[in-house]
Order: sequence, then C-alpha cells, then structure tokens
Amino acid sequence: MSEKVENESPRTGDRKTRQAHFVAPEEVAAPGETDAVHIDQPPTSMWSDAWRDLRKRPLFLVATVIIVVVIAVAGFPGLFTGTDPRFCDLAFSMQGPSAGHWFGFDKQGCDIYSRTIYGARASVLVGVGVTSIVLVVGVVFGAVAGFYGGWADSLLSRIADIFFGIPLILAAIVLMQLFADRTVWTLIVVLALFGWPQMARIARGAVISAKNNDYVMASRALGVSNVRTLVRHVLPNSLAPIIVIATISLGIYIVAEATLSFLGIGLPSTEISWGGDISTAQVTLRQGSPILFYPATALAITVLGFIMMGDALRDALDPKARKR
Amino acid sequence: MSTNEPAGPQNSADEVPLLEIRDLEVSFQSHSGLVPAVRGVSLTVYPGQTVAIVGESGSGKSTTAHAIINLLPGTGKVTGGQILFEGQDLAEAPEREFVALRGQKIGLVPQDPMSNLNPVWKVGFQIEEALEANGIEKGKAAKARAAELLEEAGLADAEDRLGQYPHEFSGGMRQRALIAIGLSARPQLLIADEPTSALDVTVQRQILDHLDGLTNELGTAVLLITHDLGLAAERAEHLIVMSKGRVVEAGPALEILQRPRHPYTRKLVAAAPSLASQRRSSSLARADIREHALEVVGEAEQHGEIGVEFGKATDDVVVATGLTKVFKIRHGLRKSTDFTAVDDVSFAVRRGTTTAIVGESGSGKSTVAQMVLGLLAPTSGNVVFDGKDVATLDRRETLAFRRRVQPIFQNPYGTLDPMYSIFRTVEEPLRTHKVGTKAEREARVRDLLDKVALPASVMRRFPNELSGGQRQRVAIARALALQPEMVVCDEAVSALDVLVQDQILTLLNDLQAELGLTYLFITHDLAVVRQIADDVLVMSTGAIVEKATTDEVFTSPKEEYTRKLLDAIPGGSIRLGA
Repeated sequence: MSEKVENESPRTGDRKTRQAHFVAPEEVAAPGETDAVHIDQPPTSMWSDAWRDLRKRPLFLVATVIIVVVIAVAGFPGLFTGTDPRFCDLAFSMQGPSAGHWFGFDKQGCDIYSRTIYGARASVLVGVGVTSIVLVVGVVFGAVAGFYGGWADSLLSRIADIFFGIPLILAAIVLMQLFADRTVWTLIVVLALFGWPQMARIARGAVISAKNNDYVMASRALGVSNVRTLVRHVLPNSLAPIIVIATISLGIYIVAEATLSFLGIGLPSTEISWGGDISTAQVTLRQGSPILFYPATALAITVLGFIMMGDALRDALDPKARKR
Repeated sequence: MSTNEPAGPQNSADEVPLLEIRDLEVSFQSHSGLVPAVRGVSLTVYPGQTVAIVGESGSGKSTTAHAIINLLPGTGKVTGGQILFEGQDLAEAPEREFVALRGQKIGLVPQDPMSNLNPVWKVGFQIEEALEANGIEKGKAAKARAAELLEEAGLADAEDRLGQYPHEFSGGMRQRALIAIGLSARPQLLIADEPTSALDVTVQRQILDHLDGLTNELGTAVLLITHDLGLAAERAEHLIVMSKGRVVEAGPALEILQRPRHPYTRKLVAAAPSLASQRRSSSLARADIREHALEVVGEAEQHGEIGVEFGKATDDVVVATGLTKVFKIRHGLRKSTDFTAVDDVSFAVRRGTTTAIVGESGSGKSTVAQMVLGLLAPTSGNVVFDGKDVATLDRRETLAFRRRVQPIFQNPYGTLDPMYSIFRTVEEPLRTHKVGTKAEREARVRDLLDKVALPASVMRRFPNELSGGQRQRVAIARALALQPEMVVCDEAVSALDVLVQDQILTLLNDLQAELGLTYLFITHDLAVVRQIADDVLVMSTGAIVEKATTDEVFTSPKEEYTRKLLDAIPGGSIRLGA
C-alpha cells in the first residue's frame, strides 16, 4: 500500500506505531458532492428490467418457442396439415406411418398427425378462456377483499374458501353431467367457476402487501380517491405474482380439459381434442400401438411450455432478485 | 491523549496485538466478475481495548468484521491480506478452525435483535445451546450458568426469563440476551455489529453502558461497528473511519473528532447530528422566515389562490386540541381492549416555524402526524387547520386541505411507487388536482426537481435507479408540487446516512426560508431536533411530557424524561475542539 503512516508521537512502544494516527491520501474517498446522481445506464422500469433478464434465460426461450408454435397450430391448423382430420377410412385402420401420414392411422382409420394438429385448438381455447375469466373475477374479488379489508374481506374470503374446498376436477365432473349438449364454452364456464378462488387468494395477498407501502399513503394524502389509488398504485404493483400464477394455471386448465374429455364428460366426441383421442386410443395400448403416444405428447409439451413460462416469469419478476 | 489509553499491565511496550488485520481485501462474486468490498484495510486491536469502525452504509465496515470470523454473506470471499488472531493467520484457515474459534474466542453480538433469536426456542435454550456448543457446561449446569449470564447481561428475574420465548422480550431485552450469548464463552474479542441501532436511545444508552462495564470487568476486547460517529467516539479508544471499502483515517478517538485531518472525516464530523449543537439558521434569520411565510400566505390570499374553502390564514397553521386516539384490540368475537395510542394531546404550530415531536417508539408521535394529515380520524379532540376542523371537511374542502398539507415519510424505499417514473411521481399531485396544461406541468416538474437539486435527466428514471437520499429528494419534490403551507415530515431523515441526512436537512431548511413553509417534524432523534426545530413537544406513551422552545429544552429541560433523552444522545458530552 502506498499510503503514508504519520507518526506523531515519539516511539514509545509497539502499540503506538501500530495504532498511530493514520490519514489516507486525499484521493481516497475524496468527498466531492454528496449523493451526486450518477446515471449512465439507459432508463429501466420493472418490466424492462424483467425483459432484459428474461431474454437471457434458456427456460424462457424454450417456453416462448413452444407457446408460439402451439398458438399458431391452434389458430391455423390448415397451415400445418392438408389432411382432413374427420376423413376416416377403416381400410387404413391401425396402419403405421407413411409418406404424407407421418404418425400413421388410428383404429377408425383417421390420420393421427392431422387429429393431433386440430386437437390443439380445443386445449388452447379452454386454457385461455378459463384463465381470462379467472383473472377478471379473481383479481376483482381479491383486490377488493385485500384493499378494503374488514367485513368485505371476511365475506369475500369465506366465499372463496367454500369454492376452494371443492376439488376442481371433482366439481367439474359433477357439474358437467348436468349439461346434455356440452360445448367448449360450457367447459370454460364450469372450470372458471371453481378456478377463480386460487387467483383471488393470490391477488388478495399481493394487494395487502402492496397497500402497506408509504406511496399508497402518499397517494391518499394527495387527495387521490380510494378506487384510483387501488387501480393506479396498488394493482400495478401486485401484478407480478398474478401473472405468474395465471401462466402456470393455464397449463393446469388444459390438463383439466383433457382429463374431462378423457372421462367422456368434457367435450363431446364430435369435437377433436387430445383428451378424447387419448381416451379412444387407450384400447389399442395393449396391442403395443403407439397411437396414444402422439396426443399425449402434444398435451405434455403444451402444458410444459406454460409451466416453464410461469417459472421463468417468477424468477424474472422476483422483487428480491431485483436491485433496489 | 493519555486519557484514552486503558490502564493496566497490558500497556507495556512489547505488547502483542490480539487481532491484527493487514491489507485485507474482500470481494463479492457477481455476474460481471469480482466486485471489491474491502480494499486494503489494516487495523489492530490490543487485548482489552475497544476499537470502533465507523462508516456509512456500503463502506465495508460490517464486511470487514464478518471476514474476521469467516461469516461473509453470499458470495463474499477474502481475496488478499492477512487476519492475524493471536498471531495465527485466519485468512487461510479452514472452516473447522473457525468453528472452534467462533463463540469460544471471538464472540458476536449481531445487529438486529428482532431476527437473531430463533422464535421457536426458549431464550434459555438458546443460551444453553451456546454453552454446550463451546463445550463449557452441559445439562443442569448449563441451565444454572445461563441464568447467571442473563443476570450478568442486566436482566432481572433471570431464572424466570429463561423459560420465556423471544416474542415475550422487548428489543432491549433481546439484545441483552444476545450479549449474554456473545459473552457466554468468555471470548477474548467481542464483535458488536451495530448492537443498538434498532433500539431507542435511552435503551441504547443502558445497553452500551452495561456492555462497557461487562467487557471492562472481563478484560474483553471489543470491535464495535457503528454508523454513529458520536457513539463510536464515546465508547471506543481507537477509531477507524471507513469509506467505500478503504480506511480513510484511523487514530485515537478524541483526536479524530477534535482534529480530523482527512477532508472526508472533516465532513463526517461536521455532519454528525449528535455533535452539532446549533440551529441551522440564526434567530434573526428565523424571524425573517416567519415574516416571509406570512407574506407568502397573504399574497396567495390576495390572488385568491387559497380558495374559498378555508377562512383567513391564521398565525397558527394548525391547532390541535385534546387529540386522543384509542385503538380497539380485538380478542375473539365480542371481547376487545382499548389501547390509547394518543392521550389528550394539544399543541399549536406557528406559521413559518418548525415544530418537532420527539419520542421513542410507541410514544404515539406518528399517530399524531396521521391525525394532523387527516388520514386517521381522532377518537376525540380535533385538529383545526386555518380555522377549520379537519374532521368536518366535505369532499371539496378535503381536496383543498390536501393541497395545503403534505407528508414526507420515513422509508425512502417505500415512499415512491416503483412502477412510476420520477416524472409521473412528481406530476401526480398536479394531475390529481388538475393544475395547468401538460406543458405547464412538465415545466413545473423540472422546476421542482431543480429545487431539490436533482438534474432534469432523472425524470425518465425509475425509483430503483436512485439512492435512498435521492428518492427522499423526489419525495420532497412531490410534497412541494402543490405549494403546500405545511409539510409533515414523519422521520423523514432517519433512514439516511449521516452526510445525506445533513444534505436533506439543509435542503429542508433552505426550502423553508425560500417558500415560507411550516414544518411538523416527527423524529426520535433529539440531535436532529436541535438543528432544525423552533419548538419541541416531547412525547412518551401517548402523552406530551414537555412542551417548550428548542433552546429551553436543550438548556434547561424541566422534566426527568427529557433529561434522560438528552443524556442518551451518543457523544453529546464530547466537546469538539474549536
């Protein structure tokens, strides 16, 4: 070290030299302007920070690719196959893969590749539909309960608890039986009916932790009304966990749809869905046929994509990981 | 000089240091490589001596202390230098040796007494655990010894206390239990990392006095880590001043305080609130400010800016009478007990002055602030602002009231919405009250940022890019946006480092003179009060203990409690040389 040690007092012992008055050169900790503003990076908001972080995560990139492909397939199945999934010829029953029919044919003689492609739409529709309803209902209930507290909180939380206590699949099985002609929309409404309490809980917790911040108090002290404070300050700061849970549960609703269709009380057999195809394919499983493998894999990859996306978002939006 | 040397036989010429750190380097691993936290720090502690490391947050003082016992957080690593403890180099030692050393030879009193005791175990168990881990006592003997240690740490009824859980202890009691644990194995060195920062001043004084006595008696050397220069100078013989990972100045405590040589130390000593003794503006200037404040409000009235909602601006901006707040604490369905947070508090705040409300935690001072702001309804009594009772305002009047009274809060990290850019944050009050056009509002935001000495370039930034002091300056700009008459500062500078605190206090003082503001200043720190307040209310357990001018309180306090608070200001007794 180049720092000089000034020794004021005469050397009387070891202690004096070792603990003499030491002054660092002025360059060290030159006082300068107190708390000067040093900003040399581009402006960052929480979302742009999260985006920069996400771009570098393999988990996020893989999930994005999966989700984009699944949505494209669901939206425009015609781009991916020219074969009609409903054109079945028993002459082709159980035939293996061939040119133009990559996955082969099922027991009815339908093209499996085409059915897998067309099956994506039901899954994505149910997943997105249920999640949208759950988001709206859950966030409104949760935010009102969390922000206002008191009896509103007690009432809304107990209602949510009642629904929460009934397992999603069990409730859906019981309820779906009541409908003779089921469509995608019946399924969406039934799943949403029992799916919102989870979102309400998450939203309520996020709102409670956000509303205790001083900026909420400052906003009230400015004369901003309660509702506006909730919408302008509290909700935007509660979004991160809500988005994470929404993404993950989207995958779960797709699984629920497949489960119900598999059990025969989801979508009618006239609709093409992965769950229904898995169900019809299971009789062929014992013959060592791989038919079941195709819709099941498509389902697994789709769900994996959404759950991976949720995990990536959770990591990127984690407030503890962000710089203060 | 000689008064600083401890008496005793250790003071011989060939004395061996207990701890000697030479050119210590500590770095943290981050995404972009090694980030140095401690750079070439050297210090020496002799047996029985108290040495203090003083520095602001981020100066590396705690990191240095934790490096000694190899308890660096996260990715921290010693990357150079030597740590000689009793002649043995610890920088190279394996973990096994540290296990033997910690507790046994080097004790630690951690910073936060609230989180450093395990809430699921009884206090007695945790002391016994320390005794057993260091192989001192076992079983029944450990229990008896634990009681002795707790009593030694200054807790009455030690035996009964052993059976209690940490949540049954107050902060001060917990810190005493932690001291008992730290000293349980009779270590030669005790590292005390900000041992009293989370405690009230009077408790702080008691605990430090007790720790002093105890370590003197046992001959334990103490390495005290603190941000408070006054406290360090009062408790230690030798001071190490650190900044940004380096030692800036080191030497005998009094000498550094009275004759600081490095410009940084000089600045630090000048800013230390406990050592400063004067009101920032002279009484003459104070009279001018009061006059100016009356002029400002008079002009505003003439221009009709104040509106019809309020009567004529009065000399006393706020008059509180018999203010009482009772909270109901519910136990089950029907039962509830009353907790009186504020009990019959009356005061008046004169226009253009600063009134400070001082008290320890739980004194009800913040509750008073919330009632003055109209954010909490008083159980009885009232707050009259410019002649109107705040509780009876209708919607329109409330909005007008909000324009004229604005708060600044304590926590610089919570006071700004992290999703709002600085521009939106400062613009929000203007937008809410529909002031001016978009262009006018932007000009006003620029002007406000300029007033709090922030460049206009921060407008597009977000709070997480600014330091605590800078955020607090943004909060001040937001509070001033609507040109209020009164600003309520609730511990507005308590969370800031000394130099930044000094800067914010200067800023508040200048703004008061410039804009004719009236401040209600809530704080636990009497030292800050002396620098900024004209009148003082001392509060304790919800009631006003003493009400007087600042000079009266500091020169001739009438109440025992006020005297106790004054005595507890660390370093208050130290005379600074010319």
